[in-house]
Amino acid sequence: MRLIPILAAFALSAGTAIAQDSITVAIQLEPPNLDPTAGAAGAIDSVLYSNVYEGLTRFASDGTIIPGLADTWEISDDGLTYTFSLRDGVTFHDGTTMDAEDVKFSLDRARGDDSTNAQKGLFAPIDTVEVVDPLTVRVTLSAPMGNFLFNMAWGDAVIVAPESADTLATLPIGTGAFKFQDWAQGDRIELVRNPDYWGTPAHLERATFKFISDPTAAFAAVMAEDVDAFVGFPAPENLPQFEADSRFQVLVGNTEGETILAMNNKMPPFDNIKVRQAVAHAIDRQSIIDGAMFGLGTPIGTHFAPHHPAYVDLTDLSQFDPELSKKLLAEAGFADGFETTLKLPPPSYARRGGEIIASQLRAVGITAKIENQEWAQWLENTFRGKDFGLTIVSHTEPMDFSIYANPDYYFQYGKPEFIAIMDELNATTAPDARTALMQDAQRMIAQDYVNGFLFELAIPTVAKADVQGLWLNQPTQAVDLTGVSWAN
Amino acid sequence: MRNLILGAALTTVFVLAALISFIFTPYDIAALDIPNKLQQPSAQHWFGTDHFGRDIFSMIMVGARTSIAVAVLAVGIGMGLGIPLGLTAAARRGGWLDEIIMRGNDLVFAFPALVIAILITAVFGASAVNAIIAIGIFNIPVFARLSRGAALGLWSRDFILSARVAGKSSARISVEHILPNIGNLMIVQGTIQFSLGILAEAGLSYVGLGAQPPTPSWGRMLADAQTLVSIAPHLALFPGMAIILTVLGLNLMGDGLRDWLDPRLRVLRA
Repeated sequence: MRLIPILAAFALSAGTAIAQDSITVAIQLEPPNLDPTAGAAGAIDSVLYSNVYEGLTRFASDGTIIPGLADTWEISDDGLTYTFSLRDGVTFHDGTTMDAEDVKFSLDRARGDDSTNAQKGLFAPIDTVEVVDPLTVRVTLSAPMGNFLFNMAWGDAVIVAPESADTLATLPIGTGAFKFQDWAQGDRIELVRNPDYWGTPAHLERATFKFISDPTAAFAAVMAEDVDAFVGFPAPENLPQFEADSRFQVLVGNTEGETILAMNNKMPPFDNIKVRQAVAHAIDRQSIIDGAMFGLGTPIGTHFAPHHPAYVDLTDLSQFDPELSKKLLAEAGFADGFETTLKLPPPSYARRGGEIIASQLRAVGITAKIENQEWAQWLENTFRGKDFGLTIVSHTEPMDFSIYANPDYYFQYGKPEFIAIMDELNATTAPDARTALMQDAQRMIAQDYVNGFLFELAIPTVAKADVQGLWLNQPTQAVDLTGVSWAN
Repeated sequence: MRNLILGAALTTVFVLAALISFIFTPYDIAALDIPNKLQQPSAQHWFGTDHFGRDIFSMIMVGARTSIAVAVLAVGIGMGLGIPLGLTAAARRGGWLDEIIMRGNDLVFAFPALVIAILITAVFGASAVNAIIAIGIFNIPVFARLSRGAALGLWSRDFILSARVAGKSSARISVEHILPNIGNLMIVQGTIQFSLGILAEAGLSYVGLGAQPPTPSWGRMLADAQTLVSIAPHLALFPGMAIILTVLGLNLMGDGLRDWLDPRLRVLRA
């Protein structure tokens, strides 16, 4: 008697191949907590952005801003008042209704004095948030803010409910197409489809995120088909093998990750622009892209994404020219070079790129002592402690060149003229004027040689051949599974 | 005898490679040559090139230097501190100093060596110097215990007794009479510890806690080769073989030396 169901199941799986309704996606880093409104880690958004949490607006996979929980909005002529009308019938995963009160709560919480939001700057221009009626919110700004709708699309600006806000770090409650189910720390996070979703329901019944940071383990997991997709595959050298294997597809997309050789602008000798310029000219970007990333990446000459319409190609300012570099060092009084530190976090763009850069710097007389650091150590000692001469890191937030306006940011630039451009940009809404200001800003940091601008990080995704609907590009750090399905 | 010759030959090859690397390597290992990366072994590059286009043969030569330097110094620390401790303990056998020294040794022995070495380098920063200290510390009790054991046996011998009757202090007896008689034993043990030191250095470098780049190290070459093993196996093969052959050579040499230096076996041979 017991044989029958087993045989039936066997026949079913062998014959009709049941449509797959679950997916296992691997990413490199595990989120430290599950509340994007109270944590800086990009991995939080990787797992939860759009899947579990939604904001008033959101990023589409091509980087454009599309409506999220706000259906439509009106902007007053002076650019100071945004009236959002919210979608009807949206509920949080705990069953409570999402309405204007929740929006007011979320925005006020994010900009409040005791807010732990990692991107408080996004909310700085907000003056008041008023509830007009349950489905209408009016946000008044203290000054016009050209990219306010863009700011509201960030993972840090998602809408949460007062009933659940305090426990989001371990029990995320959002409005998205997936509900959080389980978090086995150190291993995986499981999501299930939200049957009460307001929009197009997810194709998948369940989704599992696994965390694999070791490149060798990542390769093995994909090859053995333990995971269905790996977003941000850590070993670019293995991609040709996957491309040659008909079981897999390889997608290489853009990210917002400007990979830079950061220089400590307040620490001698990097407080001297000639030294910074010498470093910039000592670097051969293409050999770093080829050697460290096996060809993945676009050279950049400033801190701005090359696929953005306002990008100016300034790579000529810092062309590879070791002779000029030596000359500049001599002019700066370092004819015999100098010694400094090069602190490297774990990703291969930093570890491998660092070895290449150290060798290129040695060629012009600069001895960069490599020190490999784990992320925690890097954040503590290099990023917060500012104890470094040089370091390599990729800045993956979209449109993040405003970090150059912060004199306390780890590379410590914050030139008053640059801050002035940023203030003006924030107050400008006309697209042409904004583009011009963004280009001025790009030129200023390139001409000041604030950092060595290396390349725009590309993100490789390896997936089984019949997975469809994954994001190609990463306009924000996210693995949006709401549109993902299986071809068969 | 055959072991001794084979072991000595292997060891000599690597020591020579390390010494020659100071004045000559086929290619400059500091210069990266990205366009020529991951080349298969050929007449130009005997062992091929690595992921930065560096000549692997040259890297193995310079890597031998790192391995040997770390192992020699670590064994040096072990011998330099361990043997005096062991001799002191033997001279004060049964006394409180003996107890303190030997229980201290037991304490160090109780820790898994490589794990503590990882701890030391993680706390004080990864570098070849810290690797030497970490490996060296764990060599101390090995030599202390061995020298104490061997010395204890000698202290009851007649020639020591006559030295004592002659009024020599126990420190002098230890240095003038005990030490020369346990020298062989220490040399044999030193060879074995030397091979363990090479393995420990490779292990620490493999996890990124040994010599830092650009200083080549066999262990880090293996770690770098890890994700490339399926496309360029020679990256892992050659440093792996270098470690195996060096350790094998040292162990064979240690074995051979023991046979050769052992007085009882020497009598048999005669």
